[in-house]
Amino acid sequence: MRLIVNGVEREVESAPLTPLLHVLREELGITSPKAGCQQGGCGSCTVLVGGDPRRSCLLPLAACDGAEIMTVEGLGTPARLAPLQAAFHEQYGSQCGFCTPGMLMATHALLERTPSPSRGDIEEALAGHICRCTGYVKIIASIEAAASGDVASDKRTPSLEDADPNEPDMLIPGSPA
Amino acid sequence: MIRPGSLRELVESFGDGADTVVLGGGTVLVPDLAHRHVRPRRVLLLPPELSGVSRADGNVTIGAATRVSELEAADEPLATAARHLADREVRAQATVGGNLCVRGGETPRGDLQAPLLVLGARVRTAGPGGERSMPLEDFLASGPNGRVVLDVAYDDAPRQTGYAAVLRPHTHHYTILAVAAARRDGETRVAVTGAAPTAVRLPSVEAGGSPEDALNDVDPPDDALASAWYRSRVLPTLVGRALSSLQ
Repeated sequence: MRLIVNGVEREVESAPLTPLLHVLREELGITSPKAGCQQGGCGSCTVLVGGDPRRSCLLPLAACDGAEIMTVEGLGTPARLAPLQAAFHEQYGSQCGFCTPGMLMATHALLERTPSPSRGDIEEALAGHICRCTGYVKIIASIEAAASGDVASDKRTPSLEDADPNEPDMLIPGSPA
Repeated sequence: MIRPGSLRELVESFGDGADTVVLGGGTVLVPDLAHRHVRPRRVLLLPPELSGVSRADGNVTIGAATRVSELEAADEPLATAARHLADREVRAQATVGGNLCVRGGETPRGDLQAPLLVLGARVRTAGPGGERSMPLEDFLASGPNGRVVLDVAYDDAPRQTGYAAVLRPHTHHYTILAVAAARRDGETRVAVTGAAPTAVRLPSVEAGGSPEDALNDVDPPDDALASAWYRSRVLPTLVGRALSSLQ
């Protein structure tokens, strides 16, 4: 079967009923979608399928043949975060980080369909996404900051100039960069 | 795993349904399959042809593969129940066919069943002996029972409708108990989700009894969301609210 993951076409060989989550994580090595509850109740596995957020733990591969999948790896790169990622960074929207990929994908889709969401829109989009650090206030603040463009541009390129020049570039499976 | 391309292929592949599981959206079945709680010999997906809502000859027909999210602006009380179900991602994946086949266990399931019962829905299925159409209450009583759901239909005559529910406050909604009501030509139908393994009608209330009479018709269960005691206390209140909200 064939998937287009973050713009790159991939042939996959997992069994047709394998949840998309495990195809991404185990066959393709794309580990931003997290295996949390694995029954659709926590949101940490959320990815975009054809632009819409879906629980990848509930989606059999057979139902995704030919689909365009987007994960956090397709959102931004370590050298250049997407504004939404930078807003999470700047506003402390991520604590342990386990729920963050699902939160990012659900709210990326929200901002695509509703560029200026109300607080109610944000809460509706976050329904089904559990943060066990209970950092919801900061998460909502991050999304509001991203929506209003209140993201410092220097936060989008997190101090790479301070990095050791001998350090190898980070290789992230699934990132088209 | 078989992916039928059409309704005809689905019915042919399904055959007598022996050791076969039909996968709608997978929101209930995929975890069961992944953890091998269910080990069918064959899994069939629903063809795209069975997706969508159509209106013709005074009937509304909802294909088994229609997503719950497509019903959020449908007729009441179906639309309210659809909007109450879980969260955006699950609503966009879960199907009507699956919702009619699930039974409550650790938590109530099948939020669309009570609204469809009060709309007087009939279910069209295929299986041994060919196609069959039956009232939804008969389908729910017997379970899928070796048959595949093709669609569900009701007549679109104007009705007064009401809906009242208690939901577990969580990051997404879990329905503890929900009561749907519809009145048409002086006939009132009332049904409840969360008081039995599937939604059921409340004949004592429909016959003109008081909301408390609902407890003559059902014996609500204990489960992970609420106790039988709590449900028994709340049910008459919800019945009263659903009836008084009929409009």
